[in-house]
Amino acid sequence: MRVALFVTCVNDALYPRTGIAVVRLLERLGVTVDFPAAQSCCGQPQYNTGYRHEAEPLMRRTAEAFAGYPYVVTPSGSCAAMIREHYPRMGRKAAGEGRGTSLAEAADSLAPRVYELSEFLVDVLGVTDVGAYFPHTVTYHPSCHGLRALGLGDRPRRLLAAVRGLELVELPGAEECCGFGGTFAVKNPDVSAAMGADKTGSAAATGAEVLCGADNSCLAHLEGLLRRAGTPLRAVHLAEILAATEEEPLS
Amino acid sequence: MTGTHLGMPAFPEAAREAVRDGVLRANLRHATHTIRDKRARAVAELADWDRLRAAGKAVKDHTLRHLDRYLLQLEAAVTAAGGTVHWAADADEANRIVTGLVLATGEREVVKVKSMATQEIGLNEALEAAGIAAYETDLAELIVQLGHDRPSHILVPAIHRNRAEIRDIFRTEMGRWGRPAPEALGDDPRELAEAARLHLREKFLRAKVAVSGANFMVAETGTMVVLESEGNGRMCLTLPETLISVVGVEKVVPTFRDLEIFLQTLPRSSTAERMNPYTTMWTGLGPSRGADGDGPTAFHLVLLDNGRTDTLADEVGRQALRCIRCSACLNVCPVYERAGGHAYGSVYPGPIGAILSPQLRGTSSEIDASLPYASTLCGACYEVCPVAIDIPEVLLHLRERVAQGGPVTRDGIRVTLRPAHGHTAERAAMRAARLLLDHPGALRAGMRLLARARRLRPRRLPGPGRAWTDTRELPAVPAESFRDWWTRERGNPQ
Ligand code: SF4
Repeated sequence: MRVALFVTCVNDALYPRTGIAVVRLLERLGVTVDFPAAQSCCGQPQYNTGYRHEAEPLMRRTAEAFAGYPYVVTPSGSCAAMIREHYPRMGRKAAGEGRGTSLAEAADSLAPRVYELSEFLVDVLGVTDVGAYFPHTVTYHPSCHGLRALGLGDRPRRLLAAVRGLELVELPGAEECCGFGGTFAVKNPDVSAAMGADKTGSAAATGAEVLCGADNSCLAHLEGLLRRAGTPLRAVHLAEILAATEEEPLS
Repeated sequence: MTGTHLGMPAFPEAAREAVRDGVLRANLRHATHTIRDKRARAVAELADWDRLRAAGKAVKDHTLRHLDRYLLQLEAAVTAAGGTVHWAADADEANRIVTGLVLATGEREVVKVKSMATQEIGLNEALEAAGIAAYETDLAELIVQLGHDRPSHILVPAIHRNRAEIRDIFRTEMGRWGRPAPEALGDDPRELAEAARLHLREKFLRAKVAVSGANFMVAETGTMVVLESEGNGRMCLTLPETLISVVGVEKVVPTFRDLEIFLQTLPRSSTAERMNPYTTMWTGLGPSRGADGDGPTAFHLVLLDNGRTDTLADEVGRQALRCIRCSACLNVCPVYERAGGHAYGSVYPGPIGAILSPQLRGTSSEIDASLPYASTLCGACYEVCPVAIDIPEVLLHLRERVAQGGPVTRDGIRVTLRPAHGHTAERAAMRAARLLLDHPGALRAGMRLLARARRLRPRRLPGPGRAWTDTRELPAVPAESFRDWWTRERGNPQ
């Protein structure tokens, strides 16, 4: 099977190790991974802040970069939700404004082909045990877009539970937002930090060594708070845990 | 909408104070978590919740689509039952009508049933200016009124107060308004409720005029419906001679049968009760009214627009008019929990306030322009809303209106808004980011520069980035981007 990796701009620039983990993991499962070079950002920062018109060229670029791939896999629930939920909306709005149907067509063609990593593994490949080894105590924070917009359900936790050596501990209040919210973290810094501090506080109280999530933006915010507070808990992306094996452990 | 809250600082500044207030945070956290857990249990009891939710949405959407027709039907039914219907285009007009009606009775006091619509128009202040004292009779509203405070929640207006604070307010203030609190009043909820009961009883027995809102108005019968928990509303709705109800036009439902849905979804969503304790319904003046003294001898219905038909004209934003004011979205909102209701600078706080206020009032003030951004778009509000209002969708729609401008209806006229002030720098940044992101070659060069300068990374950032580095560490910049790793390992991507 051949898939295209949509690495996302945040992972490309700041968390390349997550993208590398996805490549290793998928290849280990017998999947051929392509990295279409024309990809960039999905336009979520612009769209979520109210700049829909600035997001449109990025949407067009994304749709073109992944044209022809039956599967586009991305290690971000938030970017997957942007494409699946908001691209079609943007397309309809553009058509409603009398600017033709090409944007809507691009959106409708791309949206159903995009999969968040855990969805792709569980629903398309049909695996929950990906042969990973990670001998640590882990607690999982389901980011809001994955949880509510995509309805990932317990897929990520099932994947984690099947990892050898891994002890999964429940995160109290797991479904509550961590307070990142894209530009919210900058526009409403006090509320954002208060929410994040509650989240990292309850994560630390579980006694876990690793706080796992499937969105590096949320994790960047949480890790920033953990490090500022000097908490030893590490924030790690789901893909990196799933990619870890005895031969190639997570560094 | 009332001007009382205008001139407020925008949401981020108002919220900053609240976040630092430890007592407030603890009060809010305790109250919202208790009620949200109870709500979840009450909702889980109904196997057909999803269908009830869809039915509630459908009834509301249908009614809104034919609002003109149902309002005229309602007017005819209310009139036929002996009531008088008044139409108010905005807050001023509604206040003028109500004040005139009260003055015409010769009374200078009114008792009030808790009502968001009268708060929205600032009725108490308008009555006061005309020399009329308005007494709130809902327990929480009473606490707010006695405390010279503002409500901070649509269902539990004094949610930000704890028992000890309430006892202090009762002790110092009750005497100035009527029957004083008993000496040695403690902070036991039962003691507090009894003190309020005695204080209010005096008011109920004396009042000749009552002012209420309504949760629903039934078009086919002209019936007004109020749901409440304490019974104080029922006292106001039955004892006084004149009853004036101020109700937003969106509260109409077509038939009596439609109540079946909302009488199940509203109590469970708001107070986590299977059925609310008091459901009072009144239809104009019954034939036997007046003679035996049960129920008012005069009934006035003031139908309030105040920005609602303008909101109805907006294809995305109109869903906010489905709201049945259950407050489930407030109780589940992590932003509301930390910021408190006052930070929203609007009688409608929380997620619903963030989408309703900027539509009813427009987005020209700083506070209204900041409200659509008072959310992380986590979606918890949408998940609990019993009429399935996609609050995140409306938030995004309103953000666009603030940042980009666009078409909007004001006083029935279609106008094109320009982007709100103060977004120039942000717009430039968004545009610059987009241009960079739309040129992967330039982006790649930028990342390489960043990687080379990674050791120079400052601990604190200037500009908007400061807000990040004030509380959080920045992520470390990697030595190589993913793109460069791919090229090094796999050759050029296609
Ligand atoms: S928006 Fe929905 S959840 Fe919020 S108060 Fe209205 S009906 Fe209730």
